[in-house]
Amino acid sequence: MTAAVTMGGPGHHAARMGSAGQLMAVAALALALAAFLSLSIGSTGITLSALPRVIGSLASGHGDAATAREQLVLIDIRLPRLLLGAFVGAALAVAGAMMQGMFRNPLADPGLIGVSSGAALAAVATIALGNSLAAPWTRAFGVYALPVSAFCGGFAATAALVLLVARQGQLATSTLLLAGIALGAFATALTGLIAFASDDRELRDLTLWMLGSLSGASWPKVLAVAPFALIVAFVLPSLTRALNGLLLGEAEAFHLGVDVERVKRLIALTTAAAVGAAVAVAGVVGFVGIVVPHLVRIIAGPDHRVVLPMSALLGAALVLGADVVARMALRPAELPLGVVMAIVGAPIFLHMVVRRGMGGS
Amino acid sequence: MRLSKSPLVSVCLLALALASSVGTPAAAADVVVTDAGGRVVRIADATRILAIGGDVTEIVYALGAGARVVGVDTTSQFPPQALKEKKSVGYMRALSSEGVISVDATLILASERSGPPEVVKTLKATSVPYVEIPDQHSAAGIAAKVRLIARAVGTEAEGERVVAQVEADFKLLAERTARIKKPLRALFVLAVQNGRAVVGGQATSADAILRLAGAENVAAAVNGFRPLPDEALVELAPEAVITMRRSSGSDAHDTTQLLALKGLASTPAAANKRIVTMDGLYLLGFGPRAPAAARELMGQLYPDLAGGDAGATR
Repeated sequence: MTAAVTMGGPGHHAARMGSAGQLMAVAALALALAAFLSLSIGSTGITLSALPRVIGSLASGHGDAATAREQLVLIDIRLPRLLLGAFVGAALAVAGAMMQGMFRNPLADPGLIGVSSGAALAAVATIALGNSLAAPWTRAFGVYALPVSAFCGGFAATAALVLLVARQGQLATSTLLLAGIALGAFATALTGLIAFASDDRELRDLTLWMLGSLSGASWPKVLAVAPFALIVAFVLPSLTRALNGLLLGEAEAFHLGVDVERVKRLIALTTAAAVGAAVAVAGVVGFVGIVVPHLVRIIAGPDHRVVLPMSALLGAALVLGADVVARMALRPAELPLGVVMAIVGAPIFLHMVVRRGMGGS
Repeated sequence: MRLSKSPLVSVCLLALALASSVGTPAAAADVVVTDAGGRVVRIADATRILAIGGDVTEIVYALGAGARVVGVDTTSQFPPQALKEKKSVGYMRALSSEGVISVDATLILASERSGPPEVVKTLKATSVPYVEIPDQHSAAGIAAKVRLIARAVGTEAEGERVVAQVEADFKLLAERTARIKKPLRALFVLAVQNGRAVVGGQATSADAILRLAGAENVAAAVNGFRPLPDEALVELAPEAVITMRRSSGSDAHDTTQLLALKGLASTPAAANKRIVTMDGLYLLGFGPRAPAAARELMGQLYPDLAGGDAGATR
């Protein structure tokens, strides 16, 4: 593990942190650029130059029809889309980074331990059974039924996992990983069962949702994920030291004073919150959780004090960039975000795998 | 000038304007319609129409308002020039809010099947009138669609003409189907997926058109469009199989693929080579051409009863 080496000497450590500050600034700049593009590019051709007019009419309370249209596009369509895209990208990238840190496996991903599958199962059940079995549920939550279901599904999968494995006294990493894979497979099987039982129209909705998209972005959705974003952002700083300890191995981390069991539970729950919320608002968007943390480790090293925030920044930038492509490629129609992400992400991922193999690390 | 301020004169002018506006784009006064979702929608300007849904587009063109269409969705396959000449906002169940707004329509006519729900909700909240068009698979359902669209685009006289034509077509169809002594046992196959036939069960447009054509839907026990295993197909033993023509490939190819299904190979339909292939939107769209489609289908199923118009006009 190169991690042990780079984290060894205090002097070396400080030098890395210095350059990390600059790298972080570059990442922040990339996000700012992506956010700017996300706000100023769209099929209507409305640009940010309309923003002063829109703010003026918002402040004065009246404006002409053209300004109303600009306000609708900028404030009610693109801005929530920007916020949701940034959240989805940051959440998935951070969740991936945490999983990889916890399992000390660069290929670990929320998809792997069944969190995504659990969230997807709950969401699919809501779409397919919304008019029959789950009708009281959809009536009670209205447009929030889908996001709430996905949160619950992600949490339920993680809670089941933690409970199952914790019965043996402690959360052995390999057991957690294998149990997670089994749980994920089970959730996927149930999803398949529901898909089989749904009719033509529901099936099309399911397929489109499984491809991932931000086209349904709205302020209520932003409000729905906001608490999850805050919780994750609040918990993250407290996990960086433990994650750095875990890089050395669980026993080593324990000797460094890390409460390994508690930390693993906390990581599992934080991941569930991040991924559940992301899946709820955008469907299934792949590759962010693997590609972004990898990229970050290559350019900034393995220190989680850098890896987590930088993954969040670059994850958000990547998803926003991909979303701009998704909405412009076939305008005024739209490509599914998940498809664009896969087209962008898969080659990067392959490049990384090949590079690692050649580098002999 | 003074006169026009009198309420009585205004009312008279309004009435005149309304009377003269029949058959031309509504301009003088706002039109108020109640759409499929029960929303009351006020339409001030129907000069730039966005039509979402194959049946909706077809009706707008049938009403002579095709020139006013600025955008359609990908299911708008008829008339063929619609999708070629107008902007496409993508598949009707995967609309994008900004994409729809970008075509700058003054009136959105969208099938109630449009989605996703969040986008539809956003669009309903905009200042552009959004009229949801009902989708019922019956003669009354088509008349309701046509009347609502005609009122929204301000061509009500033309609408009544289309409705009268549709009703006359249905009457003709009923006369033809009344001659059927024993309904044919038919099966609608939407597609073949992974070697399984996806069939049209009850409450589908396919079920409705089979009944209209005087056939019995052998898959009526199935709910919606479902893939059925070969064994179930053998059990259903249809006397005729109806399938959709795809945009690519020939009928012969489709027929071969269907007959290759083990479950169908042993049915009476395969033995008598009674496989009917028809255009999807024509057959299942439930636009103004639905009775003609049903009559054409009937002609194919009952060649003896067709009365010489098996290839009914589209």
